[in-house]
Amino acid sequence: MKYRVRHTTHYKYTDPVSLCHNQVVSLPHPHPCQEVSEAMLEIEPIPAVKTRRRDYFGNHLTVFEVHEPHEELSVTIRFLVEVQVAQDLVASPSWEQVAGHLAADRAYLSERQFCFDSPYVVADEKLAAYARKSLTPGRPLLEGVKDMMARIHKEFRYDPEATDLSTGLGEVLENRRGVCQDFAHLMIGMLRSLGLAARYVSGYLLTTPPPGQPRLVGADASHAWLSVFCPPYGWVDFDPTNDQIPSDRHITMAWGRDYEDVSPVKGVVLGGGAQTVSVAVDVHPEDP
Amino acid sequence: MQTAAAGYQPIPLTFDEMHAQPGGVRPHWSSFLHSFEDMGPETLARRWAEVRRLMRENGVTFNVHGDPGGLDRPWELDPLPLLVDEQEWSRLSAGLTQRARLLDLVLEDVYGAQELLRVGLIPPELVYAHPGFLRGCHGLPVAPQSRLLLYGTDLVRTPQGEWMILRDRTQAPAGAGYALENRLVLTRLLPELFREARAARLGPFFEGLRSSLEGLAALHPNNPRIVLLTSGPLSPIYFEHAYLAQYLGCTLVEGDDLTVRDNAVFLKQLEGLQPVDVIWRVLDDAFCDPLELRGDSFFGVPGLVQAVRSGNVVVANSLGSGWLETPALGPFLPELCQYFLGQELKVPGVPSWWCGEPRACQHVLMHLDKLVLRAAFPTQTFFGGRRAVYGHELSRKERDELVARIQARPYAWVAQDEVSMSTSPVWTGKQLEPRHMVLRAFLSAREEGDFEVLPGGLTRVARTADSLVVTLQASGGSKDTWVVAAGEALNAPVVNRPGAEVVLSRGGNDLPSRIADNLFWLGRYVERAEGVVRLIRGSLELSNDPDDAGIVPMLLDVLHPDEGESWPRIRELALETKEYGLAFLLREVHRLSTSIRDRISVDSWRILTGLTIGPAEQERVLMTQLEELIIELWAFCGMANESMSRGYGWRFLDLGRRLERSVRTIELLQGTLLDHEHNQDTVLEAVLKICDSGRIYRRRYPAGLQLAPVLDLILCDESNPRSVAFQLARVDEHLAALPDQKPMRSAEQRLTLALLTELRLLDVRNLELADFLESCEERLPQLSDALFRHYLAHVSPARVRPALPRE
Repeated sequence: MKYRVRHTTHYKYTDPVSLCHNQVVSLPHPHPCQEVSEAMLEIEPIPAVKTRRRDYFGNHLTVFEVHEPHEELSVTIRFLVEVQVAQDLVASPSWEQVAGHLAADRAYLSERQFCFDSPYVVADEKLAAYARKSLTPGRPLLEGVKDMMARIHKEFRYDPEATDLSTGLGEVLENRRGVCQDFAHLMIGMLRSLGLAARYVSGYLLTTPPPGQPRLVGADASHAWLSVFCPPYGWVDFDPTNDQIPSDRHITMAWGRDYEDVSPVKGVVLGGGAQTVSVAVDVHPEDP
Repeated sequence: MQTAAAGYQPIPLTFDEMHAQPGGVRPHWSSFLHSFEDMGPETLARRWAEVRRLMRENGVTFNVHGDPGGLDRPWELDPLPLLVDEQEWSRLSAGLTQRARLLDLVLEDVYGAQELLRVGLIPPELVYAHPGFLRGCHGLPVAPQSRLLLYGTDLVRTPQGEWMILRDRTQAPAGAGYALENRLVLTRLLPELFREARAARLGPFFEGLRSSLEGLAALHPNNPRIVLLTSGPLSPIYFEHAYLAQYLGCTLVEGDDLTVRDNAVFLKQLEGLQPVDVIWRVLDDAFCDPLELRGDSFFGVPGLVQAVRSGNVVVANSLGSGWLETPALGPFLPELCQYFLGQELKVPGVPSWWCGEPRACQHVLMHLDKLVLRAAFPTQTFFGGRRAVYGHELSRKERDELVARIQARPYAWVAQDEVSMSTSPVWTGKQLEPRHMVLRAFLSAREEGDFEVLPGGLTRVARTADSLVVTLQASGGSKDTWVVAAGEALNAPVVNRPGAEVVLSRGGNDLPSRIADNLFWLGRYVERAEGVVRLIRGSLELSNDPDDAGIVPMLLDVLHPDEGESWPRIRELALETKEYGLAFLLREVHRLSTSIRDRISVDSWRILTGLTIGPAEQERVLMTQLEELIIELWAFCGMANESMSRGYGWRFLDLGRRLERSVRTIELLQGTLLDHEHNQDTVLEAVLKICDSGRIYRRRYPAGLQLAPVLDLILCDESNPRSVAFQLARVDEHLAALPDQKPMRSAEQRLTLALLTELRLLDVRNLELADFLESCEERLPQLSDALFRHYLAHVSPARVRPALPRE
């Protein structure tokens, strides 16, 4: 499938901002199933300086400074992306085997770093206990993770009012409510607490579903899901918010240990007073 | 005193630095001890009192976080130095240099190729699970000398006399400045002994440090701008930051003094943005950049990491170097030393075990009683908030809990043998007594991977003979450390550094805008305090005179409109900590003077931080305090005028005073002269007195009190240093001397000149007084605002944009 993606973040301030420093994820992370073209980054007011770089995880970032006083800041990324259907998943090794390899085999060093705690995801025994109900002894990893995803989808309620960025995983687990970010963090925490490698993925969903198919949750903004490492496939995506294995309707933008590593836009301002922010995301299929 | 050393009782089974058991006084102590005893207790006590006074006045403090008693605690120093034999020191130095080189190589690898992880010499947990491994700093360009520009390490000694490394401080080691200050104090206390002992000097080390800093400036090698980045006066060791900045000739800055433009770092100065080449930061890694590192940091510089990445600025120690401080690295160092240097570790670390290795973990769980448990990663939820857990102190329940926690996440725990510390004698005032001690040694990076050891260090001792607690926060005090030669002096003669000639400077103008802002407000608050003291004092005097007491409420209303009896109101105005109270003003003066401590003279700082008021239950007591305050405030002003260089700093201080005095005088006139209920003579008399112009008036107009001449004297007479016109004429002079002059006068200059001209042309006999005063009242704040917008607007702090709305 081919999509046109447009993502605008718009800030409005009550007082002028005299200087700001920003960092934005400006281009999709290179991905075997994605081909990106016609990428553009539009910033208003025009930045005094703009620098592109790759971060530690390989994500494409642009850092920029606006020096002129402004009361609004608008950042838009646009691109055209062709997404291939993900590979078929058949059999997989048992989850214990995968965890054992990760712990012992230095060939998996780069995957290993997704086994540990990160700013928003701290593994603990409660998460492990929840995870063990799906990852029963000897169960093939992918089968177990699929079951875990289905359970989260069934047992947790999507509720944007229930949590914010400071809500800990323990509370999400307790109250069984949250948004896609929480569900992704939660499932990452469960997998890591059993010694598995899981990473956070941010990206987009098709805004308007194909005829006859339901509209997916999280389609109006950027979306979040996760990947789990499973040889021989490598990283395999799971979307617990929609109980789906992402394929050609998910567009990957960036990945990292958790939200902290992949925040789409962040910045520091001088002045500004109170601020409001609005986000608009459009993902439209491009006619073949 | 002869008996003091003879009666010294070392602790059995402990290595004593002075007194061998058996064997008595060690050879390198004997001649020192002899001279020390010869000096006699009276001389020592007298000099000691003198030195303590000096330290107090120099503001040598250590601020204890969470100390409700206030900010600063005096720095504790023992008059007896620790003596280390030169030959032993040189062996130790070789070991410390080796360790610094090793840590430097490990750091380079972890933030670069990560070969050590690939070959398995460092387990991945130590890097990937450590929040101090900053991914954003991986692959940053790093000047080799910047990685461990200053490295500190804590040393203890076993009963057999073997030195061991207790911990490493690699991002911003504290204490080098205190070591320098301790040395300064001791050479004043024991000048003869210091000369005789021929102890190694500390100066060359710091000169080398300065050279290394200069060497880091790639862009402006000849006259680089080097700044020392501190978190500010609330840092427990702010004294040291200010002291080192002064000693090394760096500008002391806080995060808000710097700004990143075009991926380069600039210092916000009055004359504009000045490029910064090297930042020596004494902030922890994560706080240095709220954009890329910790978003909740108030101390850093947004965009700093990107500026480093762009190669436009060098930060030392390199960002991310705090990772090396993990105690979990200890067990791996011997092998790493073989790998990198092909050598054995010359100075061993305290034996330690990382629980992430199953065999080590087993050992730890079996010997928990004999071990000290530490977190491998800095974490806030560490076993009841303790920094270290002593196995033998645990209850059965706590022990079970600890074991469960270790088993759940073994890689997060490190165990160390309980350390044995040596003891060193301290002088209690009467005799010598042993105290356990830890020596912090310092090294600094030189060219080509080389390191120089500070020949000395900061020795810290426990508070009591049986205490084993030796930390900066809780310890009993510190000692100077002398490396003493048996024969000739250790030092090579001081040589001038090669390099370009320095540019002569009549400076005082390298003024960060924030400092100008603080000086401006200091000027305003000092003046306001003086005004309030005068008004309260005047009111107190009047309230005792039955004829005049009637106008007291009117005077008090000028400060704060209220009702009630005069005396309670006067007391409240003096002691109140709300904005209108004198106590509040004095507290602000204290705060502001602390924030610019390195910009004013020691004497000025002493006066300002000594200003206090209350308690005062009786009028007489309050009166005495007010009289003293007036004199102290004057002393400060005199000192500022006589001893501050005429740079921008002095001008901003004076601008603050002049503007404040104008504002207060107008307020006073508005509050008193527009009122016609009271006896005019009494009112005019009071106004003249509060404006300190009574004497001039009587000399000039012996006939008596009239409104017009009073107005002339207080508003227009430029020969009266209390008049509003006099203040504005000074303001006009200052404004003309500030940087960034334009052909057209600036807004603040035009406002000043308009008001001044109006005063010069004023006809005091035919004046709509109310209208005129109101117009002054409106225009003076405009003047202050214009000044702020022109020079100080960019001092406002940056803040992180709140997170995005969530999906």
